[in-house]
Amino acid sequence: MGILDFFNGTKATSKDIAKERLKVVLIHDRTDIPPAVMEQLRDEILDVIAKYVDFDRDAVDIRLDRENRLSQLVAEIPLRESPRSRRKR
Amino acid sequence: MSATVITITSGKGGVGKTTTTANLGVALAQLNKRVVCIDVDIGLRNLDVVMGLENRIVYDLVHVIEGQCRLRQAMIKDKRMPELYLIPAAQTRDKSAVSPSDMVRLTDELRPDFDFVLIDSPAGIERGFRNAIAGADKVLVVTNPEVSAVRDADRIIGLVEAERKGPAQLILNRMRPAMVDRGDMLSTDDVLDVLAIDLIGIVPEDESILVGSNRGNPVAMDEKSLAGQAYRNIAMRLTGKDIPFIDFSKPRNGFLGKIANIFKRG
Repeated sequence: MGILDFFNGTKATSKDIAKERLKVVLIHDRTDIPPAVMEQLRDEILDVIAKYVDFDRDAVDIRLDRENRLSQLVAEIPLRESPRSRRKR
Repeated sequence: MSATVITITSGKGGVGKTTTTANLGVALAQLNKRVVCIDVDIGLRNLDVVMGLENRIVYDLVHVIEGQCRLRQAMIKDKRMPELYLIPAAQTRDKSAVSPSDMVRLTDELRPDFDFVLIDSPAGIERGFRNAIAGADKVLVVTNPEVSAVRDADRIIGLVEAERKGPAQLILNRMRPAMVDRGDMLSTDDVLDVLAIDLIGIVPEDESILVGSNRGNPVAMDEKSLAGQAYRNIAMRLTGKDIPFIDFSKPRNGFLGKIANIFKRG
């Protein structure tokens, strides 16, 4: 869920915005990865994966996430089905 | 018997560390615990005025550390309470006058004679903070429901863990239930969701806190104050009792409560 989601649906209260901003700032505080470096990391990961599989670059979601005080790098990369698997059906 | 050494810290200044320390000191003493509060904010001492003991200071923490007086000489007894003492900070020195190992020695010397040693930490993450947590068995992090205070609390919680003093517990101070109700203040659940640590107390914003510090009477002495009750509840939790959290958004009974509820609805 991103900041934008709030504006699409019901009107965000100021505390919703506060919470969303806090989550983002804390992830960067704790991992010490600035947004620009994150962008570079994302591009390099995708370049490597693109060598082996076919996927839609626009559908990719790579982000830093945090649960129970542990930060993790989460990547969701939906793959395109290969022509062979389509033929099987 | 050996005391539990508890450090009250926050990262950010002005969130209520000193008020919390004074009130937990009073509330624990009211439970007949033997308590000593230590102000480690050298150069910016304030626990003395919040506790109302500023006129009785002769010796301070730095005198003790440097051996210019005996420990007992620097301990000011709060005569209103059965067993409550204050060791004030030095006002004309700076943080470097005390080291973390000095604090470990001091707290170890106090342990046999007390049930609780409460340490009021300075703001920040530098030497003063290191001094404050050096002897701690338990760390309480005070925060307010606002972005900057919660961010600093997160930083401090991480540092407490790194110093192997964790897990810290959280005191959420200055809550305003009416603002939470209308979505203009982070709720307790929001803050806990973001920080992922244990809660030990919620203290509402309450005018009686300022009135108490004006007079040098910590609000925990005031039977009728809601904030005072919140501090007394934290004190009981510190003694191991399982006390439910007060739901401040619940409609309050009584004449004033009814009036407050009418305004809340608006």
